[in-house]
Amino acid sequence: MSAAAPVDLGEVAAISARYGDDAGRMLDILRDTQEAFRWISPEAMGLIAERTGLSRVAVDGVASFYAFLSRHPKGRITIRLCDDIVDRFAGLEAVTRTFEEELGIRVGETSADGAVSLETTPCIGLCDQAPAAMINDVVVTRLDAKRVREIVHGLKAGLSPEDLISERFADLSPYERATHMVDNNIRHAGQVLLGPVPEDAGLKAALDLRPGQIIDTLEASGLRGCGGAGFPTGRKWRFAAEAQGDRRFVMCNADEGEPGTFKDRVLLTERPDLVIEGMTIAARAVGAAEGIIYLRGEYAYLQPLIEETLARRRADGRLGKAILGVEGFDFDIRLQMGAGAYICGEEGAMISSCEGLPGEPKTRPPYPVTHGYLGCPTIVDNVETLCHAARILDKGSAWFHAIGEAGSHGTKLFSVSGDCLNPGVYELPYGLKLSELLEMVGGEGAAAVLVGGPSGTMVARDTFDRRLTFDDLATGGAVVVFGPERNILEIVEYYISFFVHESCGYCTPCRVGNVFLQRAIAKFRAGLANPEDIDYLRDLSSTIIETSRCGLGMTSPNPILSTLENFPLVYSAMVKPSGDGLRATFDIQSAIDDARKLAHRRSHIFDRDFTQ
Amino acid sequence: MSGFTFTIDGAEISAEEGQTIMEAADAAGVYIPRLCDHEGLRHQGGCRVCTVKANGRSASSCTEPAAPGLAVESETPHINKLRRDLVEMLFHEGNHLCPICEASGNCELQAMAYRLDMTEPTKFPYLEPCRAVDASHPDIALDTNRCISCGRCIRASQDVDGKGIFGYVGRGIHRHVAVNAPALSDTDATVADFAISPEVCPVGCIIRKRQGFERPIGEREFDKAVIGAEIERKRDE
Ligand SMILES: Cc1cc2nc3c(=O)[nH]c(=O)nc-3n(C[C@H](O)[C@H](O)[C@H](O)COP(=O)(O)O)c2cc1C
Ligand code: SF4
Ligand code: SF4
Ligand code: SF4
Ligand code: FES
Repeated sequence: MSAAAPVDLGEVAAISARYGDDAGRMLDILRDTQEAFRWISPEAMGLIAERTGLSRVAVDGVASFYAFLSRHPKGRITIRLCDDIVDRFAGLEAVTRTFEEELGIRVGETSADGAVSLETTPCIGLCDQAPAAMINDVVVTRLDAKRVREIVHGLKAGLSPEDLISERFADLSPYERATHMVDNNIRHAGQVLLGPVPEDAGLKAALDLRPGQIIDTLEASGLRGCGGAGFPTGRKWRFAAEAQGDRRFVMCNADEGEPGTFKDRVLLTERPDLVIEGMTIAARAVGAAEGIIYLRGEYAYLQPLIEETLARRRADGRLGKAILGVEGFDFDIRLQMGAGAYICGEEGAMISSCEGLPGEPKTRPPYPVTHGYLGCPTIVDNVETLCHAARILDKGSAWFHAIGEAGSHGTKLFSVSGDCLNPGVYELPYGLKLSELLEMVGGEGAAAVLVGGPSGTMVARDTFDRRLTFDDLATGGAVVVFGPERNILEIVEYYISFFVHESCGYCTPCRVGNVFLQRAIAKFRAGLANPEDIDYLRDLSSTIIETSRCGLGMTSPNPILSTLENFPLVYSAMVKPSGDGLRATFDIQSAIDDARKLAHRRSHIFDRDFTQ
Repeated sequence: MSGFTFTIDGAEISAEEGQTIMEAADAAGVYIPRLCDHEGLRHQGGCRVCTVKANGRSASSCTEPAAPGLAVESETPHINKLRRDLVEMLFHEGNHLCPICEASGNCELQAMAYRLDMTEPTKFPYLEPCRAVDASHPDIALDTNRCISCGRCIRASQDVDGKGIFGYVGRGIHRHVAVNAPALSDTDATVADFAISPEVCPVGCIIRKRQGFERPIGEREFDKAVIGAEIERKRDE
């Protein structure tokens, strides 16, 4: 693009120097370079490689991995429309069209004057106020054509993205800025997290205990990880505490990328102190002096709020040296921003990303608790898990254990969105029936509910009495409600495309197999599938699940498998036996399309309408 | 180092602490199919062709540590079906026209297809990549349309040659091998590099110019013996 900002290599060098020319901070160096110049030019890449001692192709490998980094010039303002299925059903198409018309560019393009780029991006964690978009680091919600026109006119008149949020943006506190942009939509506050929470009561209680006792308390509480896998938190901490190592790390997983999940967003906005309190307790328990919060790039609008909270806690002795006056208890936290990669929510990939590498999962074993960040014992815990841990230390394990039911103790935050009256966050004890939740949210008319996001389960009406527990419908928090007017195969195609987009590409079955699934579903949607294609979907899915290297590939076929199981008619209605005996999964029309175009004529044999 | 035993398909295998399942199997003359793993290079664990069931759980045997008493299944119809699917995926991800390929007969992908009985028409769609061939270097040509992303050239150049000529770029289905310069001729690659040697690229991506077809098809490595025979021979000895 002609209007690319000239890249001042002196400034690139200064950015790299700011991070000590440390290859381990590559993601920060590239993020800052992207922000300064709106792209990472070949010259910038070369200079960064030289200064950090990497090969240029290694730097390129990082730059090309993350969706928010660009190797082509982007506009000074980048508008990223949230392209989640919930946004699509909430009117994304009209929003997109209006942006395109008003800006005079299509999605994927940058305006000729280099002012604006228009893109789409997967779920940005605002499904409860869809359609939503990012404008640089600012987010705008509940978009419609009228609001889009206002936004574009404002930007054209020279307003900054921040000005669009409030005329007095600069005067607002980080918390006010966040809540001006995004509604919390807390619909039901439970007793653990969203009700009244006394400040640092858990941390103070923890400091009266020996580290081993903190872990005993957590184990007795029955707390299990809230990020999706449900691993017992106390046991994880014990492994890390017992592992050999000079340095240990506590990482907070604030990547919240599972489509339809936005409860960590609310905790980070409303309970940032509790998150950090939980990390500090974890540090005490496992003997860590260093922590990292990994915040997804989509939540950049929360960065100032978290930085402010960290600074405040450092200033009053709740982070840093001798925390709360306890000699020898030193712990500090850095905030690592992500850059648009769902896979970085997987703990190994998150560690890779923090190490300045492409966000590829690590080979397991060894596990992070023994060989994590920089090869040191590391615990990675979800935002909500850490908040629970802090509350358990305050109120005791018996209190927490008594909430919920056997195997699923305590409360859980559910992020509810889609076709319901009251989308938002609900804190409820484990064990509720899905139908009870639907009643609370005003979603009784649902035809299908996706519990746990695309890697979870699509539940049909006849089984809405299933229960929200680890043993039945396990979920990291996403509950997406679909009304009877929605097309199940459209939803499935969307989610499988999401996994194709987000696969890291490291292993064959996930990199290649998901593309085949995506093509097969497209065939169903086009009405070109044969009955054998149903077996093909099952068969291919099980190969992907059984051979993939990490949880992404091990769950990516779930949207297909759970709808085949619970909505079989949707598939059988779309298949027809092939009359011409052509091989299943072969689409003759698209196969000859290129030839047709080259020859400028249609096929005598395969185009039924040839004579017309 | 302490030794122990475990089983593969019921046969007892001895292993040392720190060995992977595959390393222990190789030493015992039991071949487990593989494409991205290569002796002398770091393990990658990406192709998944070496998938086994270890105590019932799927694992890549090139990265999974051997453990005392572990019960490994490898040569079962089910596991070989998984492996065949993976090999087919790799065929369909790239452009593979064996009859006109310089690697034919020396190619591990092709040989693996034979070993795994890939004899029926395949069911997957073809992705048909269209990447420019890099013929800039006087002695080497690079055609990544056949690349199976095994990363062997990357690790060989980085760790053995100490050059870092190759690297992965991109994500997901767009991830591919790239050169550390605008073109191969701008790098310090030479035919003497281990990364460029015939044993590193398992397929026909890295071509040494003027050496093509020196040995006619029909007299090449896998024309004579099935892939893995070298390891299996150890067992008979
Ligand atoms: C593809 C993938 C994406 C994930 N994304 C997230 C995420 O966004 N947030 C999260 O907390 N855990 C995520 N996880 C789970 C983490 O790997 C890890 O289990 C979790 O952070 C552990 O924390 P917990 O025990 O507190 O749940 C993801 C896992 C996979 C396989
Ligand atoms: S399963 Fe997918 S995301 Fe995970 S390592 Fe393999 S390619 Fe990457
Ligand atoms: S690289 Fe191997 S499989 Fe591919 S065309 Fe050549 S010989 Fe055939
Ligand atoms: S070029 Fe050859 S050695 Fe390198 S990754 Fe591709 S297939 Fe493997
Ligand atoms: S040989 Fe083990 S994954 Fe490729």
